[in-house]
Amino acid sequence: MNDMTPSSAERAAKLEGMGCKRKRVEDIRFVQGKGNYVDDVKLPGMLYGDLVRSPHGHARITRLDTTKAAAVPGVVAVLTADVLKTVNLAWMPTLAGDVQMVLADGKVLFQNQEVAFVVAESREAAADAVGLVEVEYDPLPVNVDPLKAMAPDAPMIREDIKDKTEGAHGKRKHYNHIFSWQAGDKAATDAAFEKADVKIKEFIVYPRVHPCPLETCQCVASFDKIKGELTLWGTFQAPHVIRTVGSLISKIPEHKIHVIAPDIGGGFGNKVGAYSGYICSIVASIVTGRPVKWTEDRIENLSTTAFARDFHMDVEIACTKDGKVTGLRCYTIADHGAFDACANATKWPAGLFSIISGSYDFPAAYCLVDGVYTNKAPGGVAYRCSFRVTEAAYCIERAMDIMAQKLGMDAAEFRMKNLIRREQFPYTSAFGWQYDSGDYQTALKKAMEATNYKRLRDEQKAKREAFRRGETRELMGIGVAFFTEIVGAGPSRACDILGIAMFDSAEIRIHPTGSGICRLGTKSQGQGHETTYAQIIATELGLPADTITVEEGNTDTAPYGLGTYGSRSTPVSGAATAMACRKIKAKAQMIAAYMLEVHDDDLEWDVDRFRVKGNPERFKTMTELAWAAYHEVPPGMEPGLEAINYYDPPNFTFPYGAYICVVDIDVDTGMVKVRRFYALDDCGTRINPMIIEGQIHGGLTEAFGIAMGQEIHYDPDGNVTTASFMDYFLPTAVETPHWETDWTEVPSPHHPIGAKGVGESPNVGGVPCFSNAVNDAFSFFGSTHIQMPHDHWRVWTAAEELGLHG
Amino acid sequence: MIPGSFEYHRPSSVQEAIGLLAKLGDDGRAIAGGHTLIPMMKLRLATPAHLVDLSGIADLKGIRADGSDIVIGAMTTQHELIGSDLLASNIPILRETSLQVADPQVRYVGTLGGNVANGDPGNDMPAVMMCLGASYHVMGKGGERRVAAREFYQGAYFTALEDGDVLTAIRIPVPPAGHGYAYEKLKRKIGDYATAAAAVVLTMSGGKVADCSIGLTNVAETPLWAEEAAKILNGSSLDAATVKRAVAAAEAITAPAADARGPAAYRTKMAGVMLARALARAKSKARG
Ligand SMILES: Cc1cc2nc3c(=O)[nH]c(=O)nc-3n(C[C@H](O)[C@H](O)[C@H](O)COP(=O)(O)OP(=O)(O)OC[C@H]3O[C@@H](n4cnc5c(N)ncnc54)[C@H](O)[C@@H]3O)c2cc1C
Repeated sequence: MNDMTPSSAERAAKLEGMGCKRKRVEDIRFVQGKGNYVDDVKLPGMLYGDLVRSPHGHARITRLDTTKAAAVPGVVAVLTADVLKTVNLAWMPTLAGDVQMVLADGKVLFQNQEVAFVVAESREAAADAVGLVEVEYDPLPVNVDPLKAMAPDAPMIREDIKDKTEGAHGKRKHYNHIFSWQAGDKAATDAAFEKADVKIKEFIVYPRVHPCPLETCQCVASFDKIKGELTLWGTFQAPHVIRTVGSLISKIPEHKIHVIAPDIGGGFGNKVGAYSGYICSIVASIVTGRPVKWTEDRIENLSTTAFARDFHMDVEIACTKDGKVTGLRCYTIADHGAFDACANATKWPAGLFSIISGSYDFPAAYCLVDGVYTNKAPGGVAYRCSFRVTEAAYCIERAMDIMAQKLGMDAAEFRMKNLIRREQFPYTSAFGWQYDSGDYQTALKKAMEATNYKRLRDEQKAKREAFRRGETRELMGIGVAFFTEIVGAGPSRACDILGIAMFDSAEIRIHPTGSGICRLGTKSQGQGHETTYAQIIATELGLPADTITVEEGNTDTAPYGLGTYGSRSTPVSGAATAMACRKIKAKAQMIAAYMLEVHDDDLEWDVDRFRVKGNPERFKTMTELAWAAYHEVPPGMEPGLEAINYYDPPNFTFPYGAYICVVDIDVDTGMVKVRRFYALDDCGTRINPMIIEGQIHGGLTEAFGIAMGQEIHYDPDGNVTTASFMDYFLPTAVETPHWETDWTEVPSPHHPIGAKGVGESPNVGGVPCFSNAVNDAFSFFGSTHIQMPHDHWRVWTAAEELGLHG
Repeated sequence: MIPGSFEYHRPSSVQEAIGLLAKLGDDGRAIAGGHTLIPMMKLRLATPAHLVDLSGIADLKGIRADGSDIVIGAMTTQHELIGSDLLASNIPILRETSLQVADPQVRYVGTLGGNVANGDPGNDMPAVMMCLGASYHVMGKGGERRVAAREFYQGAYFTALEDGDVLTAIRIPVPPAGHGYAYEKLKRKIGDYATAAAAVVLTMSGGKVADCSIGLTNVAETPLWAEEAAKILNGSSLDAATVKRAVAAAEAITAPAADARGPAAYRTKMAGVMLARALARAKSKARG
């Protein structure tokens, strides 16, 4: 090699491949306000849709008159359930195997339910007309309490299925029952509890919260009558699923539906499902022959499209007296609202909730989940977590603290003792999941050292004594959480959506000059896919990341995929990207061998080139090979340099982390100040450390919001009282604590590049860590569990109940 | 979240505004910064057919000294209150309170006049004005009158303003030099209205309270002037037992609503906690 040739390391650095803190390419347009969101789509002749919504939580509709609304200047059409019935669309199937009213058909089942859809020349005219649709209601008894849903005299929510004895997942126990789902070994678990030295039992609620992306849900539907084709722009996390479901519902052939998801301003699970506004816009476009835009406002977003959580968990742990866990049992009531529009893999009505044994070596475990209907909005989406994983992580992490407390052991020490050990991987949990990799003890140890855990506990001890002596009104709490996620849905043997296996895809085309384009079945909502996928390609193919365009969201051009949620993009499409690269590389190797007149096996890969083994001056760079692929391929070989991969992962991935939080609580007001938050994440191979850090910061901020103040709250009459940011706590930069981030790196053994996914970890691990910190502050008074959210009045009430206000 | 349609008027004098409002009657509504009114219009809780924008009236702007009072034009923004040297040196509680109102964006536009005229018990300035013994200049069909802040608030969104009245200025007697003051506000986040808040202005003499005034925010249908509590404190050294009695007296006049900030009993207690803290801080600032 001559001196002019840059070293391998220098060449590798230029590529900005994996491991590089490459700046986000999408930010160039975002920070200049030049993103292109659905609301930026403006088509000639476009109309605007707006929804009439129910003021009642449960009521029969006795009269619905659209005459006055239709007479408003500018109003073009008013859709009702009766109109939708003429095209068989008054109801739509849900992803969970239920059906859902598109517009209220005879009765309303939750407040703000969609009742009529007004279409007008302007948003203003549509809003005026909404107020003039006359609806008379005959109120019915309301139930918003999932624990009362299966009472003998509970109001019947779903008259339409009252005679249905079989649910999508077996027998229904009650007219408000949706499904029962169980996992684990009940007999073995019961036996473990019988033998246990020590047991705890706690009722733990993860309240109903909302993903509340800053951009609400919206769409533009444009039906071309001449071609019989529908183009649908929308805030879709899963564009292909929307196309398939749209075709099945509307009977428009799938090739005549074009779904486009442009830039998306946050999704967090809120934008996975199909909503009434979409269906109404499509029908309205078909009826009027003009494009129709529907834009949700904040109140509509918070109160109608896809909430998350609402899990009510009775959890028990069995343990030996020296602190080894022996059994875990959990019975859960899941509130799905008025329709089961939960976004889960179809076979899993409670998602992957059986990850509830967490990071611990439980020999026996069992869980049972009952889903019920209430007069609340439908949803139950995976808000920044894989399906129901955050509920499970919260439950086990709280329960472990409660057991440690009962044993008189330190929360971290108790975890350390029960964590799955490195040598146990791959580890099969009592629920049957095969955890692929991990080194949990090392992570927890590192977290404890970084935060000087022992000193924190000493300080806490001194503060508690000072509190008892009346010298301070402040309590210190230390939260420890060790979480394991199960992400990257998923292996087709386990996961499908409406029968479509949950693979994902990448299609890469390298152009003659060595730049290229990669299209994928996933869809970024702010995660930075355009940056990170290009980094995988850069490393795999030795082409600079800057020369790779990444494109997602157009179903006409992108290969089929199931979309972005459940931390699946990197585990599934990231793997597809690497695999497609390897196909390209294999072809490039053959071309190089031909050009260098050596055998394929005589070549070796060096960062951005194939070189002849033992003769490094003889090489062909990837850029040269790209050119050659278009004009001097070996005889018999197809020209071009492209590949596509549909990746069906062999297993899920299991990111994990150790989080530690320190809070100071003002006992007299209930104010909780987060003094410190340390998050160590292991997401396997790290593609872009800066993006990882950004994802962690964002997810921790969400976790902070959830733990400290969020709840979608209904009063007993079914009114949702938290439908704006005045009432629903969304932290701003002012409230948000400082985050300390750290990592370990144990690559996934089955993933082509060892990456596990990271976007959701901080939400999953953050919530229990905050909650454990608050609970820890009060534990020395004998308190075992205080329900979230830990907002001022609830914390104050906990202190009051413990007699701390004198 | 789209307001109904309305006509927009931009008078350039108070007289013109009053004339317009008189003519328009129920259909007309004055708009100042709009940061209370426009959200209500977006929710269609308010549907005025005509908006009379006061921001073109130069006479309604500015902060000036007038004898032993300071007079603040109704259209002065909360941001301008924060920047005023005259207020900082004479009535510093206004700066302290303004910094706790909403967030910077709202304060750039929201006005002091709108804040006190609106009659929302959640607004911070009314209790401070009651505490300070301020009065409001009101112009209406019958000419100009002055209404004491302590007599202005009648119920949630009900005030001594009559249809067509414009609140033109806020007149505040400057508290004695060396007074102590504090505005303690408990809120869930920036931009939030108070769970409970307490305003205290006091003067000390020889280690004892010579004079004391207390206002409470968002713990009843109206802002509250806690006269009884203040009386208890007069002459005391703000010792724990007396403060405790005053706090109890203040709590006794509250009647908060339960909302997402907490149940009524909690908010009453927080009024007490905020008062105790405001007293301690005011005392630490007072000279004499
Ligand atoms: C997100 C947010 C957070 C907020 N948080 C707080 C807070 O923490 N504390 C707080 O105190 N306030 C808060 N506010 C309210 C804010 O301070 C308002 O701007 C203020 O209360 C009203 O002032 P305005 O100039 O915007 O009034 P406008 O909205 O223009 O008017 C309010 C009402 O007063 C009437 N009015 C206004 N001026 C006059 C006048 N001169 N004469 C007669 N009638 C008049 C109007 O007709 C209207 O009915 C918040 C507002 C927002 C949007």
